[in-house]
Amino acid sequence: MNSISRRKFLKITGFSVGAAAAATALSPMIKGANRINKEKVKGIQKIPTYCDICFWKCGTVAYLKDGELWKVEGHPNDPLSKGRLCPRGTGGIGAVSDPDRLRSPLIRTRERGEEVWKEVTWDEALGYIADKMQKIKTQYGPESVASFSHGIGGNFLKHTLKAYGAINFAAPSFAQCRGPRDVGFELTFGEAIGSPERTDIENAKCLVLIGSHLGENMHNTQVQEFANAVQNDASVIVVDPRFSVAASKAKYYLPIKPGTDIALLLAWMNVIVSEKLYDVDYVSKYGFGFEQFAAELSAYTPEWAYTETGIEPELIRASAREMAMHKPATLVHPGRHATWYGDDAQRSRAIALLNALLGSWGRKGGFFYPASYSLPGYPYPAYPTSTKEKLDNPGKKYPFASEEITTGIREATITEQPYPIKGWFIYATNLIHALPNQEETIKAIQNLDLMVVVDVIPSEIAGWADVVLPESVYLERYDDLHMSAFKETFIGIRQPVVESPADQKPNWWIAKKLAEKLGLGNYYPWNHVEDYLDHRLKAGGLSLEQLKKEGIIRGPKPPIYFEDGIVPEFPTPSGKIEFYSLQLQEAGFDPVPKFKRPEQAPSGYYRLLFGRAPVHSFSRTQSNRILMDMMEENEVWVNQDVAEKWGLKNAQHVRLKNQDGVVSNKIKVKVTERIRTDCVYMVHGFGHNSKMLKGAFGKGASDAGLVTKYATDPLMGGTGMNVNFVTFEMEA
Amino acid sequence: MARYGMVIDTKKCVGCMDCVVACKTENNVPEGHNRDWIVTVANGKFPDVNLEIQSQRCNHCDNTPCVACCPTGASHVHDVGGVVLVEHNMCIGCKACLAACPYDARFVHPDGYADKCTFCIHSVEKGELPACVSVCPTHCMYFGDLDDPNSEVSKLIASRKNHPLIPEAGTKPRIFYLT
Repeated sequence: MNSISRRKFLKITGFSVGAAAAATALSPMIKGANRINKEKVKGIQKIPTYCDICFWKCGTVAYLKDGELWKVEGHPNDPLSKGRLCPRGTGGIGAVSDPDRLRSPLIRTRERGEEVWKEVTWDEALGYIADKMQKIKTQYGPESVASFSHGIGGNFLKHTLKAYGAINFAAPSFAQCRGPRDVGFELTFGEAIGSPERTDIENAKCLVLIGSHLGENMHNTQVQEFANAVQNDASVIVVDPRFSVAASKAKYYLPIKPGTDIALLLAWMNVIVSEKLYDVDYVSKYGFGFEQFAAELSAYTPEWAYTETGIEPELIRASAREMAMHKPATLVHPGRHATWYGDDAQRSRAIALLNALLGSWGRKGGFFYPASYSLPGYPYPAYPTSTKEKLDNPGKKYPFASEEITTGIREATITEQPYPIKGWFIYATNLIHALPNQEETIKAIQNLDLMVVVDVIPSEIAGWADVVLPESVYLERYDDLHMSAFKETFIGIRQPVVESPADQKPNWWIAKKLAEKLGLGNYYPWNHVEDYLDHRLKAGGLSLEQLKKEGIIRGPKPPIYFEDGIVPEFPTPSGKIEFYSLQLQEAGFDPVPKFKRPEQAPSGYYRLLFGRAPVHSFSRTQSNRILMDMMEENEVWVNQDVAEKWGLKNAQHVRLKNQDGVVSNKIKVKVTERIRTDCVYMVHGFGHNSKMLKGAFGKGASDAGLVTKYATDPLMGGTGMNVNFVTFEMEA
Repeated sequence: MARYGMVIDTKKCVGCMDCVVACKTENNVPEGHNRDWIVTVANGKFPDVNLEIQSQRCNHCDNTPCVACCPTGASHVHDVGGVVLVEHNMCIGCKACLAACPYDARFVHPDGYADKCTFCIHSVEKGELPACVSVCPTHCMYFGDLDDPNSEVSKLIASRKNHPLIPEAGTKPRIFYLT
């Protein structure tokens, strides 16, 4: 990890630093730039758009007071926000006024990672990139430029890269997040969970959360529905090594030993099957291989599970019976960030199987069949075809990967096999904090001829780039249409509310100008993104003018449950719900999930767990001054008994050292009775060392830096990250 | 005349701080200060723990030590709803009210005056709700007239177990937490 500890701080040229400093001191300067029009409009203006502080894309109404950005609220007609944003969304205006924002294009002038730059014009920056891209194309082929992207804002850049001939596109949202969950459900029901999740939390009579910390994990619609379920006296069952906020709402709290969830799931299913509490009709009608599945379960008694999980057998039985009592309106939540131990697709499959026993898939209060608005795509010229294969998963090493694997591209960039990767385009994802093992990421970067980061803030990954392109914040730009699949169909628009304060540009403009520089202008037959949006909307009998005014247009509300007309179809090999999976068996995996005991912590070490806080998104919001005022640093949660053993006092600072000797930034100790004695917990996204992130620099510690070890899921290539152990180093 | 108060359902509250953020943007509360905040009270020994999450702010008390101690009359009870307010121009920043408040609800604004929650009276007078109440994604906060037995707040206080904060201070606070 020397390469990281030696890493020099971000050194932007004097002009840039000066500009950022001036912006801090003279906030009216920024405010003045935030006018929607050059002429101030008196009074209150309301402009609808949709949020980008996380990926949920909540409908939003922005308020301008006398032409200045004042506040944002939820769009009352939006099926996702239902008129109410989460705290991050409400604090979204802080992204506009963030004095740490990138302000102008930058080109690296010293060694990569030294973070010394010159400010350049857009023409120079894009010309530089296009030149390098042409060289890579000539020498290696266009497939050797790969893209990492997060969020809808990456659509236009992907279009340009596809037109150029790139084929390797990945997002950490698969192999570092929800991938195992989606694969586990695909293997069982033939369909993934999707985003936003197809979970009918609101109508659940029993809600089971396994490590899912709703309320701290602030997926807006889910939290709103969770609060409604609590109000309606739904039985909540929470499984978590930490007494989460959700646990405080629970009828049954199961303080599980980390890494033993599959044992608990098998025991729950053992109880439900052996006591014949499952939905017999549903299972016999839609199930495949139930007898073999049931036979495998017989060994997994609650008494067996107790020895692994530490959960009392009677608590396992009582909670299983509670689930069965409320079936089929019992939702065993599939979670979202599911990359924990490397057996995550099988754990997710066990969750899917438990839901199958309860008959909740396709039922009210369980998993609905989502519906989405559909518009034809823009009629672009066809992309060039390639004779090369994507290289993130060569030879289908991970046979059930249903999306591209970021860490596969990273590995190929290091090994240059099956062919070299020489260019990385990174849009709005801080790979240094998102991928496990930062050393490997940095090693891969050393092999590149071109690394471009497009973002709104100077995140750590920007510090390693050759070219940094400053994007407009969501309140300053258009993006593609929002048509998520959910409980009803709708279209939402993102449109500019205020002007960008400096030389930032919207992603559509960046992508189009880059295409022109590459001689691919024919892939952008439209002049302005408004023409593109209007063209797509007209094809659906709508118009941009209407959508700009209304913000959200709601479409038909088709049936979403079996009981109101959805035909039960399961696109699995058997066409049924696969209790026993022959395709897993044929690929050499367990057809029914099995429990494998995880590696235990060395003496004096504690398993490192991490999660979310409601006021921050990933490592992308810590310099937002409004959200910073809510939470400016993370804490390490330490059980009272552990703290006593180490002589730790609440609020003192320590450093964490992991099993590989990596030492974290200073972090404040939270001594608490809300966590087990064998693990510690921290909120992800803090501990920034990008110096230009003045507001966030050095505040709290980074879990990502301590995740040097990861366990790769053999089914789908996900990177389990809860396999690291830490101990305490005292601060003098 | 109405007597405004608030009821907050701690069973539904997840402590997400949206109320704090909304207050900040609605009222342009300066960096480093907040007019409302979240307190999480945890009791018990793991794993038998209880949490009560409280969204706290000025209690707009019936008995107002902050008004009684104000040497200039800047701290006062507003005509509408009995809301406790500070007249910025009259405030000399002496901090007597900061010391008098048992809830630590006040701070000195960088412009020199004592600042705190206003129950968003500027919105309430237009028939709207305080920002914290109107944004809450869990719908755990209620605002209304405590003297009207038919108001939602009165009905909730009558029907659900609840408690105010630090009743022993004798200020008769007007925010009630459902448990």
